[in-house]
Amino acid sequence: MSTTETERTPPREPEAPRGVSRRGDTIFAGLAKGSGLFIMLALAGVALFLVLQSLPAIGASGENAYGADNIVLYIWPLLFGTVLAAIIALVIATPLAIGVALVISVYAPRRIARLLGYLIDLLAAVPSVVYGLWGRETLQSWVFPIYQWLADNLGWIPLFAGPVTTGRTILTAGIVLAVMALPIITALCREVFAQTPTMHKEAALALGATRWEMIKMAVFPYSRSGVTSAILLGLGRALGETMAVALVLSASGVITINLISSQNPSTIAASIALNYANASGIKTNVLIAGGLVLFVVTFAVNFLGRWLAARGQAKG
Amino acid sequence: MAKSIDISDVNIYYGDFLAVQGVNMTVKARQVTAFIGPSGCGKSTVLRTLNRMHEVIPGARVEGKVVVDGQSLYDPSVDPVAVRRQIGMVFQRPNPFPTMSIYDNVLAGNKLNAKKMKKDEADSIVEKSLKGANLWNEVKDRLAKPGMGLSGGQQQRLCIARAIAVEPQVLLMDEPCSALDPISTSAIEDLIHELKSDYTIVIVTHNMQQAARVSDETGFFNLKATGEPGQLVEFNSTTKMFSNPDEPATEAYISGRFG
Amino acid sequence: MAQTTQTRPPGPDDTASVPLTKPQLPGWAPALAAVVAFGAAALVGLLLGWGVVGIVAVGWILLLIGLPAWSTAVEGSRKGTDRLVGTVVWSTLALALLPLIAVLWEVISRGAPALNATFFTASQSGVLGAGGGIYHAIMGTLIVTLIATVISVPIGIMAAIYLVEYGKKNRLSQVLTFLIDVMTGIPSIVAGLFALALFTLIFGPGVRMAVGGSIALSVLMIPIVVRSTEEMLKLVPDELREGAYALGVPKWRTIVKVVLPTALGGIVTGATLAVARVAGETAPLLLIVGTFRATNFNPFDGAMATLPVLIFSEATRGGLQEYIPFQLERAWGAALVLIIIVMALNLLARVVGSYFSPKTGR
Ligand SMILES: Nc1ncnc2c1ncn2[C@@H]1O[C@H](COP(=O)(O)OP(=O)(O)O)[C@@H](O)[C@H]1O
Ligand SMILES: [Mg+2]
Repeated sequence: MSTTETERTPPREPEAPRGVSRRGDTIFAGLAKGSGLFIMLALAGVALFLVLQSLPAIGASGENAYGADNIVLYIWPLLFGTVLAAIIALVIATPLAIGVALVISVYAPRRIARLLGYLIDLLAAVPSVVYGLWGRETLQSWVFPIYQWLADNLGWIPLFAGPVTTGRTILTAGIVLAVMALPIITALCREVFAQTPTMHKEAALALGATRWEMIKMAVFPYSRSGVTSAILLGLGRALGETMAVALVLSASGVITINLISSQNPSTIAASIALNYANASGIKTNVLIAGGLVLFVVTFAVNFLGRWLAARGQAKG
Repeated sequence: MAKSIDISDVNIYYGDFLAVQGVNMTVKARQVTAFIGPSGCGKSTVLRTLNRMHEVIPGARVEGKVVVDGQSLYDPSVDPVAVRRQIGMVFQRPNPFPTMSIYDNVLAGNKLNAKKMKKDEADSIVEKSLKGANLWNEVKDRLAKPGMGLSGGQQQRLCIARAIAVEPQVLLMDEPCSALDPISTSAIEDLIHELKSDYTIVIVTHNMQQAARVSDETGFFNLKATGEPGQLVEFNSTTKMFSNPDEPATEAYISGRFG
Repeated sequence: MAQTTQTRPPGPDDTASVPLTKPQLPGWAPALAAVVAFGAAALVGLLLGWGVVGIVAVGWILLLIGLPAWSTAVEGSRKGTDRLVGTVVWSTLALALLPLIAVLWEVISRGAPALNATFFTASQSGVLGAGGGIYHAIMGTLIVTLIATVISVPIGIMAAIYLVEYGKKNRLSQVLTFLIDVMTGIPSIVAGLFALALFTLIFGPGVRMAVGGSIALSVLMIPIVVRSTEEMLKLVPDELREGAYALGVPKWRTIVKVVLPTALGGIVTGATLAVARVAGETAPLLLIVGTFRATNFNPFDGAMATLPVLIFSEATRGGLQEYIPFQLERAWGAALVLIIIVMALNLLARVVGSYFSPKTGR
């Protein structure tokens, strides 16, 4: 508490009276600052524990690395699956989210727009394990005939090569992840679209633009970086999601872009959740190393997203 | 052909709130008509009903009749997009599109209708419109630069160029000079004088000297009483308004501001 | 002012009278188009025996082509494009709401049959197939979430106070703001790994402890509380603070008596939403809290059942074929209870928000 007395008092802040209650002020300020420091410590702890506990995994191989020759070969297919599932999720969620955000911020009358916003927020409130259960029990049986159709008719596309024996594939996992990423992307896009200055929208309309032309002229150019950042933050969510994938996917840990066969890549998070109960010794460290990689990747994606958002705000 | 506008028994609402009540007037073709009055009395609201920009605001609606050259603007068969194409508008704050160059800003309206324009055709529209807005000499060497890089007065003239590039019949201006310095203001006033020979112009202004300088006819708006809707108090030729108005309220407002 | 009096502005052609009326589709055109499209699809679909999905898909494609085509023919291509985009955009909304409706429908219809008095009062202790309840998991979720709340809310609020009231733009607060952004993005499983690694270090391998789950949830919850509290504190106008200082009130009492009460509604809303968000977290609890079939009230001793983990384990447990329907029914029942808890918290947050602070609520 003694080090940053001067730092803590910026020049233009209203100065509180001194004297009588110095002690109360010191204690309270100390508590506040202590909480801040505690958070920093906790985060440093997270990073430190992950790194320290990952170190023993470096030499792991064979049985310890879940059959892989070394830790890289163990994590790489999982990372592939993680990214693949997240990309499927984004490919599905992004157009939907932009459309829904447009409905809420441009198309719908105000009262309906508020209701719709609330409904989309509800979508975010449903716990991920419930989505996972739904994907495992319900969605997989809905998509199964569609996958069969895809394999029969579009099987020449490597993505849909099949053979289709189950609805529990990486594509289904991606769809469930899309449902979970959708409300985040929608909420952020909505905010960005709503911030388009009225004067530019009216300028377009006054020139005789239709609604869509107005969106193209005034709304989209203004929100490009905001939408990109929304997509990145949605990606961050999809990368780190565990339960939906763990419940939906019947994984075998292969690397493939065949989205609808029973041979599916797994994801880092799902593999940790599914293997932790039986892990011990070096195996635990191998799983933690996977967690560290996941942490670094999601951090990079989130960081990029926030940086873009901040830059967009500074410019706009 | 520049159009005349007949406004009869117009009531204008924002949701349930009646903002302006019972407006009757005729805006003559090829003349400058000024709307004056204290702020909040509904000048902008009336102006925006003349090109159906009012309904852009959620919940806003209009009762009564606005007839442009024999066609009723609020007839169900009338397309608001076509109306706005014919009746251009310049706003209080200059609003060039921030991501477009000067060149593209001028052509923004034209590009909506003609997807593919020939290069020289586009060039000539840009030059004609910028000359029409008295901006050509100042920007002809930097047409590819963003429109936001111009000064406030230049931006406003760019917006006028953008509005006249689509060759509308009527030009509506909502306090076009209120965000500008005196020199830019006088440039725009000169421009209004020139545009008058081709366009019907309606201008809202809070500056009475400006109304006296640029307009042929003037409408004075005021609130009936505090908390009541705005109304058109008097509509007369500008000379009569500023020398010998019919209504004592007009006289009081004008002399109060001048004296 | 450089005058260019030679060139006239592009005056419109004096002889042309441009019509303002354009042929337009009536207001009920989209509705009619939808009825025709889906009607036609249903008719053909019923004859040929397509499923509901097939009928809806074909109807939608018909609408997507038909309405813009009709509009293009009558109103011109610009309007046609506008209608096409409008149809697409509204369709995305329908598609986005579909999973919400489907999930809620499924959870209610499959979960409701499980609900009865025993379900809420019994544990799974000694139960193999049918019977038993989720009392132990409900209590577990309450205990774990409550402890997480007790840890996170004070720390989160105090940290936000530091950021807004004390550390305006200094180095420490900049770093802290950045780290909290990082924290918001931590995957929940990583938070679980952290708690597990920490407890393994202290108590040795194989440790299971509910309080560890609370700590993992706190890692997820603290940044949410800090962010929302920060937003609310920033909304409190500086005049209020200055007014209190002018009366000789010390800074900490100003914060406690003036600033916090003004922002209270928003802070409570944010905290409640944070609770709702972590109450359904599964991954971290799976790692450190584990599963337990009987009731355990002691967060410092051994595994404890929680609703999310129970859903996961009942759904994936496998085992004897004859038991599986009961396990699934239990999972859906628990999902229904969990959703009700989470939705109730969301609703509560909204009510609190609008009740306490009509000023700042949007
Ligand atoms: N977007 C709007 N929503 C609701 N009321 C509005 C809106 N715009 C203007 N008003 C109200 O309509 C009345 C007239 O406003 P306006 O036409 O802007 O006045 P003026 O341009 O003469 O200053 C005012 O009482 C104003 O509060
Ligand atoms: Mg105005």
